[in-house]
Parts: sequence; structure tokens; C-alpha cells
Amino acid sequence: MHTDVASEPALRGTPPVPPAVPVASAGAATPRIDFGERVWRLRLGPSGPSLVVKAKPALVGAAAVALIGILAVAAMSLGSFTLSPGEVLATLLGQGTAKTELVVISWRLPRVLMAIVIGGALGISGAIFQSLTRNPLGSPDIIGFNAGAYTGALVSMLLLGGGFLATTIGAFAGGLATAAVVYLLAFKRGIQGFRLIIVGIGISAMLGSINTWMIIKADLHMAMMAAIWGSGSLNTAGWERAIPLLMIAVALVPALMLLARPLQGLEMGDDAAAAQGINTEPAKLWLLVIGVCLTAICTAAAGPIAFVALAAPQIARRMTGSGRVSMLSAGVFGALLLLGSDLIAQHALAPIQLPVGVVTVALGGMYLMWLLFREAKRS
Amino acid sequence: MSLTPTASKAATPEASRVPADDGLMRVNSRRTAGAVAALLLLALIVAGSLLLGSREVNPVIIIEALTGQGSTPDHAAIIDFRAPRTAAGLLVGIALGLSGALIQALTRNPLADPGILGVNSGAAFAVVMGVAFFGAREMGQFVLFSFAGALLAVSVVYFLGSRGRSGGTPIKLTLAGIAFGAVLSGITQGFTLLDETTFNAMRFWGAGSLAATPAGALGWLSACVGAGTLIALLLSRSLNATALGDDHAAAMGASLGRTRVWVVIAVTLLCGAATAAAGPIGFVGLMVPHIARWIVGPDQRWILLYTILLAPSLLIGSDIVGRLVIRPDELQVGIVTAFIGAPVLIWLVRRKSASTL
Repeated sequence: MHTDVASEPALRGTPPVPPAVPVASAGAATPRIDFGERVWRLRLGPSGPSLVVKAKPALVGAAAVALIGILAVAAMSLGSFTLSPGEVLATLLGQGTAKTELVVISWRLPRVLMAIVIGGALGISGAIFQSLTRNPLGSPDIIGFNAGAYTGALVSMLLLGGGFLATTIGAFAGGLATAAVVYLLAFKRGIQGFRLIIVGIGISAMLGSINTWMIIKADLHMAMMAAIWGSGSLNTAGWERAIPLLMIAVALVPALMLLARPLQGLEMGDDAAAAQGINTEPAKLWLLVIGVCLTAICTAAAGPIAFVALAAPQIARRMTGSGRVSMLSAGVFGALLLLGSDLIAQHALAPIQLPVGVVTVALGGMYLMWLLFREAKRS
Repeated sequence: MSLTPTASKAATPEASRVPADDGLMRVNSRRTAGAVAALLLLALIVAGSLLLGSREVNPVIIIEALTGQGSTPDHAAIIDFRAPRTAAGLLVGIALGLSGALIQALTRNPLADPGILGVNSGAAFAVVMGVAFFGAREMGQFVLFSFAGALLAVSVVYFLGSRGRSGGTPIKLTLAGIAFGAVLSGITQGFTLLDETTFNAMRFWGAGSLAATPAGALGWLSACVGAGTLIALLLSRSLNATALGDDHAAAMGASLGRTRVWVVIAVTLLCGAATAAAGPIGFVGLMVPHIARWIVGPDQRWILLYTILLAPSLLIGSDIVGRLVIRPDELQVGIVTAFIGAPVLIWLVRRKSASTL
């Protein structure tokens, strides 16, 4: 692998760094660190703080972001009132007519923003739960959040006959209460991944039984409405729902940045994380709280959309060729997955509007299959 | 780490052999006693399943009915309804538990249930297709679709997960199962949510019930479960090696590829037949192997034995409860299992001895 060093400087790690940079042992040559892959080192001034950026994740991430932009413009162009991409961009820059402003800004933009933010948030929460439990099947589902949210929504829809707001509140309350119960039942001198998984399985199974029972006993039409909510849908998206979602999402960003390092440490196990100086129990609690918050705002806005949290970190890991799950790339791929799925959900069977959760499951599954297929071919 | 005591024992064979064997015998006799207790529990629950229900029946009548005497409506109720239902519970319980134990041993993932190889999503997909395109309406008609769907889905998952030089590693099989299962369940959900007839059929099928098992299904159900159980028991030694991790297992001379293929075949037979007979009942296969492992330790031979005894106890016990709690109506067994099983599971995992996989 390290045969032809001269012709492959990129493989050896850093691009040439000015030799004038002072090194601790004065006079020694600049050490060339082998990162095992191509990296870029960004440095502020000759001896300022430096940042090592891995090339492949950065390039893949940039491509994914560009694709999100293209899909977003496409989502704002297509529909019963079709616009050209140029018209969409002009409208976004404030150059549109009253009619295009109504279509793009009032109707389609909030839905696109919600798809991006919810997809990103679900991807990040998936990364958190998979690292925390060190299990590729980990997702916010394991703490019972979605099962509890569905129970809460079913109770308020089917038993109390509540409208949209009541359903949202019911889902929120049900999800949070379930997460709290699972956490408390799994807590015993700290949280251990395996115990959390088992308690989550148990509580989710019980709630799943209640949900099945309510669906069976309900009037057929009402049960179907509830099931459509339960599969997650952006069909009722609008600014009144997008604005609170965006505000909370932005508020959570600093917390996510602070928790990125503890999460990386915990992925190597509690002991290794503690050896790195991470205070593991508070870090785990905060990660759980943030992970649940992210899931909760998504569920409140669009219902429990399945599979994004599970698939996005795995897709991101395989696309970036990285050995670990990173929150940033999981978020980017989550946003891409949900935005693409929503485009299909709206237009594949038009005028029938599918719930987006149905498409995320099928599309995410197909994508994961293709990745596995490709990986197997290469090995 | 565990090598150190073994090495020191080998150095002084005379001194250590006797106590070591004695300890093993003590452990095994405790395990045997536990197995006998589990067998008694199962017998008790089977008897309860024949005795209890919406109609009160005298035990004498049950014995008469089972030995082919008497022809009152009570006798007929036992022969036509309760006995087949109990037999179905026994077979489905064994099948779900064993397939769960096998899949957990293979993937070494505590979240793995027998459905992870695509059995449940394949079955649900085929049943939806049956309802949507072939006019299937009755539970009895779903059996064939369900079994065929399970077989096809697992074949695709195995093909997808075992490509490449490393073969079907646990992680690849798991991910392939999730991925293909997701595609199928997305399509299933799409059909279900767009059509009220399909939705109505699926909400009842999806709950999982022993009441719907057609009496004629018992023959092939027992054939599938018998074959699957035989394969599982023959595999138990290889699974012990697999539990050490792929590299160690290979170093110990276990044939990983062959073990995996047979596990997949056994899981498909067992879980496919159970799902065809009773609908997707998820929790039993997930939970009972965990509990069996916490009772007897990591030896797969004992785990499989305990699972065979405990899983039908949970399933038939839940079925009895489902028949009794809201008489004269019934709760589907798939709904009750979680309510009985989950508290036990949570209580056990909070004890210190609960081990990971």
C-alpha cells in the first residue's frame, strides 16, 4: 500500500506544509502524519490553530448538499402549477410576481424547509442513538419514543376525538412520557446500552399492543386516518408549522456542536471514553435528551416518519467511507432522503398524495440495498 | 482472559479434574431440574388452555373428548376448537422461540427478532398482494400467500447479504434484512393506506391470533416445525462456536458458511410457518431466548431446550388470558404476549446477572 510514496503524496496525508512551521523539538523536520486517507489541513497563519479535514467526507458531503439544493428547487417548481427553475430562483430572491410568490413562498417553501429540517434532525438523532448503543439497529425507536407518540396520538384521535392540535399534543406527551419511563427503568447505576435496548423493546412492544388494539377496535375510517398520521406525512405542511420547527432546530445546533466530541468518544465504549476525559453519564443523559428532543419536534410536525433515523447514519457512513457515524453527515443524508422521498410521495401517484413515511421506508431500503450490493462487489 | 485458569488446570490435572467435573455436574443437574420445572409449567398451561375459555368444561369431559369418547356439544367444542388451538399454540410458540434463539445466536444482536431476515415483511407483502389482486379475504386463504412471501423474502435477503468474499456475515445479513424488509413494508403500507378493504384485512391479520389457524393447517405446521426443530438442535454445537465471533469460530474449525445457511433455512421454516398459521407475532421470539440465556448461561444447547419449553408457555398462557379478560370477546394473542412478557423481561434485565450477547 505504501509502495510508491513519491508519486502518491496525497496518500501519505498532508499536502506539503511550509517547512518554517516551528515544531516542539526545534529543528526537526515537519512530521508527516499518515491519516490513512487524503486529508486537507487548514491553518490560520504560520503557527495558528489548524484543522484537519478529511477529503472524501467533505467532497461527498458537498455533493449531497448540492443535490439537496437541486431537489429543493425541483420541489418548488413541480406541482399542479408548474414553474421553471428560473422563476423559482427569481421568486426566492424577491423578483417574482404576486402569483409565483403565493405558490413558491407561501405554499411550497415551508414544505421544502420542513423536509430538510426534519430529515436532518432524524438523521442526527439516529447517529446519536446508534453511537450511544453501539448498535446499527439503534434509532430513537429503541427508547420507545415513536411507539409512545403513536399511542398518544391514537388516544387523542380515537378516544377523545381531538383535532390536529390535540393530536400533536397527545403525540408529544406520549412520546416524552415513554422516553422518560424507558430511561428510568433502564437506569441502574448509570445507563448501559444493552439494558436500554431491552427495556426499550419491552415498553415499545407493550405500547405497540395497545396501538394494535385501538386500531382494531376503532371505526374503519377513523382507524385509517390514524394510521396515515402514524406513517408520517408532510401533506399538511405550512408556515404555521415550519416556523416553530425551524426555531427549535436552530436553538439545538450549539448543543449538538458541544456534544459531537463526547459522542465520538462514547462510540468506542464507556471505558475508552472515560479514559479520554469524558464524563460519561452526564454526556449520555444529554445525548439522550437532545436525541429525544430532535425526534419529538419532528413527530409533532409531521408524525412519526419511519426509517430515516435508522438508514441515514448507515448510508452516510458507507457513502463517506468513514468508519464511524458522524452527526453532520448523517444529518445531511437524512435531509436528502426525506426531501427526495417527499418529492416522490407528492408526484409519483399524483393526484393521490402518499404519506411520505411510506416512501422513506421503501426508498431508504432500496438505497441501503444498493449500497450493500456495491460493497459486496468490491470486496 | 479465560485461558489462564484452563492453562493452570492443565498443569496439575489430578488436583483440578475432580472439582471441575463436580462443578459441571452440579450446574448441569441444576439446569436439568430447571428444565423439568419448565416442562411441568408447560404441561400445566396446556391443561389450562383445554380447560379454560368462554365455555366452562368439566375436566372429565376433556379426557373423554381427547380419547375419542362422548358426543355432546362440550366434547365437540374441545375436539373442534380448543384442542387444535392449543396444538397450534404449542407449535407456533416453539417455532417463534426457536427461530428467535437461532437468529440471536447467528447475528449476536439483542435487537434481532426472527422477522429480521424478512419473514414478517415478506409475509405481510404477499398477504396484501393476495387481498389486492387475488381477492383473498379469509384468514385461511392468507396462509399460502404468507408462507410463499416469507420464503421469497428470506431468499432475496440471503442472496443480498451473502454476496462478496466474506459471505453472509451477521452484520451484512442484518442490514440486508432491514433494507429489503423496509422496501417490502413501504409497498405494503402504501397499498394498505390507499384502500379500505386491504387496510381492514391487514389490521386483523397483523395483530396475530391463534383463533384463526385453520384446523387443516396443523399437519403441515407440525411438519415444518418438526424439521426446523431438528435442524436447530443439530446446529446447537456449531452455534456455540459461532458465539465466539467469526474469527475464533473459524479457528476452532466451525464451518461458518454452512452453519449460516442452515440457520437461515431453519429460521425460514419455523418463523415462516408460524407467521402463516397465526400472523406476525413479534415479541415471543425476541424475548424468550434472552430469558433462557439469563437462566442457563451461554450454552446454546441449553438455551434451545429452555426456549422450546418456555416460548409455548408464554404464547399459550397469553392466549388463555386473551380468551378470559374481556369475555365473551377475545384479545388477540399477539396483543397479550407483550403485556405478559415485557414486565418479566424488564424485571430480569434490571437484575445484575442479565448478560449481553
